[in-house]
Amino acid sequence: MTTLTRLDTVEAFGELREFLRLRQDPRQTVISVCGFTGCKVNGSDAVAEALKEEVRKQGRDDVPVKVTGCHGFCEKGPLVVILPQGIFYQKVGLKDVEAIVEKTVIGGEIIPSLLYTDPRTKEQYKLESEVPFYAKQERVVCRHSGKIDAARIEDYIAVGGYSSMVKVLTEMAPEEVIDEMKRSGLRGRGGAGFPTGKKWEFCRMAEGDEKFIVCNGDEGDPGAFMDGSIMDGHPHAVLEGMLIGAYAIGATHGYLYVRTEYPLAIRSLTRALEQAHDYGLLGENILGTGFSFDLELTRGAGAFVCGEETALMASIEGNIGSPRQRPPFPAVSGLWGKPTNINNVETWANVPVIIDRGAEWFASIGTEGSKGTKVFSLVGKVNNTGLVEVPMGMTLREIVYDIGGGIQKGRKLKAVQTGGPSGGCIPESLMDLRVDFDELVKAGGMMGSGGLIVMDERTCMVDVARYFLEFLTDESCGKCNPCREGVQQMHNILERICAGEGKDDDIDILLELAEYVKDSSLCALGGTAPNPVLSTIKHFRDEYEAHIRDHKCPGGVCKALIQYGINADACKGCERCAKECPQDAITGEKKQPHTLDREKCIKCGVCFETCPFDAVYTE
Amino acid sequence: MNPQTAEPETAQFARLAEFIDGLGLGHEPDERQAALIEVLHEAQEIFGYLPEDVQEFVAEKLRLPLGRVFGVISFYHYFTAEPRGKHQINCCLGTACFVRGAEKIIEQFEDTLGIKMGEVTPDKNFSLGTLRCVGACSLAPVVIVDGKTYGRVTPEQAAEIIAEYN
Ligand SMILES: Cc1cc2nc3c(=O)[nH]c(=O)nc-3n(C[C@H](O)[C@H](O)[C@H](O)COP(=O)(O)O)c2cc1C
Ligand code: FES
Repeated sequence: MTTLTRLDTVEAFGELREFLRLRQDPRQTVISVCGFTGCKVNGSDAVAEALKEEVRKQGRDDVPVKVTGCHGFCEKGPLVVILPQGIFYQKVGLKDVEAIVEKTVIGGEIIPSLLYTDPRTKEQYKLESEVPFYAKQERVVCRHSGKIDAARIEDYIAVGGYSSMVKVLTEMAPEEVIDEMKRSGLRGRGGAGFPTGKKWEFCRMAEGDEKFIVCNGDEGDPGAFMDGSIMDGHPHAVLEGMLIGAYAIGATHGYLYVRTEYPLAIRSLTRALEQAHDYGLLGENILGTGFSFDLELTRGAGAFVCGEETALMASIEGNIGSPRQRPPFPAVSGLWGKPTNINNVETWANVPVIIDRGAEWFASIGTEGSKGTKVFSLVGKVNNTGLVEVPMGMTLREIVYDIGGGIQKGRKLKAVQTGGPSGGCIPESLMDLRVDFDELVKAGGMMGSGGLIVMDERTCMVDVARYFLEFLTDESCGKCNPCREGVQQMHNILERICAGEGKDDDIDILLELAEYVKDSSLCALGGTAPNPVLSTIKHFRDEYEAHIRDHKCPGGVCKALIQYGINADACKGCERCAKECPQDAITGEKKQPHTLDREKCIKCGVCFETCPFDAVYTE
Repeated sequence: MNPQTAEPETAQFARLAEFIDGLGLGHEPDERQAALIEVLHEAQEIFGYLPEDVQEFVAEKLRLPLGRVFGVISFYHYFTAEPRGKHQINCCLGTACFVRGAEKIIEQFEDTLGIKMGEVTPDKNFSLGTLRCVGACSLAPVVIVDGKTYGRVTPEQAAEIIAEYN
C-alpha cells in the first residue's frame, strides 16, 4: 500500500488512512525545515539538503528531514524545528547543521546560540510554543504548519486530511453542509466578509445544468502573502475545501486562479492536484460515491483588478480582466454565463476543519460578528515580521507589540495599514481596536485579505496615500471614467503636495473627488480607491497641512521638503555615513563629529539609515 | 536566431506549436479563448517576449482574432511585446517594500545602470522593472533577478547585485 494506488471505495480510503496513521510514531524525531519564500531566500534549501546528508553521515537516516510550509516567523529564518518536542532553532546556517544532528537529534541537548532571545527581556525560549511570537497565536487554518510535508498527500491524510470530504460525501446531504457552514458563521476571507454558507446557498439554488466553483488565489494586495503561503503549505486543505463546496453547491468543475508571481504556490498546487487525482480523490466517481468533480489551475498575468471576482472570471475565460456590473451575481451568471461560486483561498482552507470539528466549535472562536481566526501578514517597520494567525477580535496592539515585538529601532508607531490599496490607515490612537470585519470598517480601514503593514514615525502619510493612488492608477482597468480619470487626478494632486507645491484648497478638492469616485465607479476597485486618501486625511490631516502650509514633511520622507543634517552632539565620528554617501557629501575626522554638505546632498537618505547613533536628522 | 534566447526561431515556433497541440483543444471558440493566457505564458517563456510574429502565430493557431490576442497582451502587466534584457531586474514595489524604502533601491538601480524603470541597457544585458509583491514581504525590500530573490536589499547592494550578472 505504499505505492500510489487509486482508491475506489470509501473503505479503501479508510484503510489507507489507518495505515498511514499507525505508521506515524508520535515519539519519532523529525527535523522540520521551513521551505517558504522568506526562509528560502535566506538559504533554507541548502540547510535542508545538508541536514539530510548529515543525518545519513551520522548514521541516523531514520530521522526524516521534512521541508514544510511557512512556519510564520519569517524574520528569523531559516527556521528549523525538532519534533516531537518542538525545539525551535532560528537563523540556522550551514555551519550549524552538524551540531544540530550531533547535539540535539542524537544527544538530546539544546544549542543555546540557535534559540530565540527576546531582545526586550533577554529571555531565551526553547520551544516554539513558548516563543512570544507564537504564544498568542491560535492556529486553525495553519494548524499543520511545520508538521506536515506539503509535497506529500500522505502526510495530510495521516493527520485527518480528506476525512471531512469523506464525511460529507457519505453522511451529509448538500443542504446539511450548507447549514453547517451557515451556523459556523464563516465569512469570506477575500475582503468583503460575505457569509460563506449563504453564498453557497445562492449558487446551489441557482438554475443551471452546469455549475462552477473558483478559488481566488490572486492575492493582489501588495504586502500580503497569506494566501500564497496557504497554497504553498496547505494545498490539500484548499482542494478538500473546494471538494466539499462543490458537493454542497452541485458543481462539477472548478478553477484555482493563482497569481503568476507565486511560483511556489503554483508548483505546490499542481503537485497536489496530481496526487489527489492519482488517489482518486479528484475526478470521476470519487471513492465510488458517485460524486465527480474536477479542478484545474489557471495562472493570472499580473493585473490587480483580476482579484475582483467578475474580472477574475473574465480572465479565466481568457479575456482581458475588466469587471462588469453586478447583478447578475456570479452565483446566477458567472463563468460562461453559468452559476459560479467564488471564494478566497483562506475561506476554502477553513472548510475542512469546520466540517471536522463542527460549526459550534468554530463559532466559539472570534467575535459576535466575525467567527474563527484570521491569518495576517505582519510586515513593514515591525520587529517580528511574518505570518500570524490569531482569533478574530484580538487588538491591533497585541498583534503589533506582543506578537510583532514592537517597532524596529525602538521608533514610534504611527499607523497600521490594513486592507491593501482599498483599505485605510489605522492611527496609533486606535491600537486597542479589536480586529474583525466590522470594527475595522468603523475605523475607516478594511479587513481586506489580511495584510497588516506597520508604519513608524518615519513614514509620511501623504506619501503613503500617493503611493496607493499611483498603484491604483496603474491598475485601473480604464473601463469607467470616474475610476480612470478621478483616481488619476487625485494622484496628481498628491504628487504635487509631496513635491512641495500643494495649494490651500487641495484637501477639499481631494475630498470632493473622493466622494465622486467612490459613488460612481463601476466596480469596487474604483469604489474603494479613495479610501487611502480619506483615511489619511481623517487621521493625519495635520501632515497634509504641514506639507501644504509649512512646506514641511513631518515624516522626513518627501525629498523636496526636507534637508539632512548631522547632530554634532550625537555623532561619534564612526565614518560609516561618510563611506556610504554616494555623493561624498559627508566629511570629517575619525572620532570627530562629521558635517554634511547640503549643496552636494541628493537626499538619498543612506546616511540616515546607516547611522548607528541616530545622529543624522531631517528637517 | 533569437537574440533574446540564442535559440533558432524555427525551433522556438516548433516548441510553441507542440505546446498548443498538446492542449488538445476542441473546436469550441470558448475553449480556445480560455487557453489564450496559458499559451501566452508559454510563448513568453520560450521567446523571452511576445513580438508581432509570435502574436500572429498564436492567433492563427488558436483561431482567434489578432486584435484579441494583442488586447490581452497589452492588458496584463506580465506580458511584454518589447524585447527585454538578458537579465531582468525587478524591484518589488509592494506596500511592505515601499514602507521599507523600495523607492530608494529603485533610484539606486536606475543610477547604477543609467536607465529608467521599464528600459533596457544599451548592451541589452539588463532590463529594469517593478513588481507588486512577490510574497517575500517579511524580507522587504525585495529585488528579484531572473527569478532569484534578494531580501533586505540596501541601496549599496545594487552595484553588487548587478556585478553578479555582468
Ligand atoms: C479590486 C479588487 C481586488 C480584489 N482582490 C482580491 C484578491 O486578490 N483575492 C481575493 O480573494 N479577493 C479579492 N477581491 C474580492 C473578490 O472580488 C471576492 O469578493 C472574493 O474573492 C470572494 O471570496 P470570499 O467570499 O471567500 O471572500 C478583490 C476585490 C476587488 C474589488
Ligand atoms: S511587498 Fe514586496 S514582497 Fe511583498
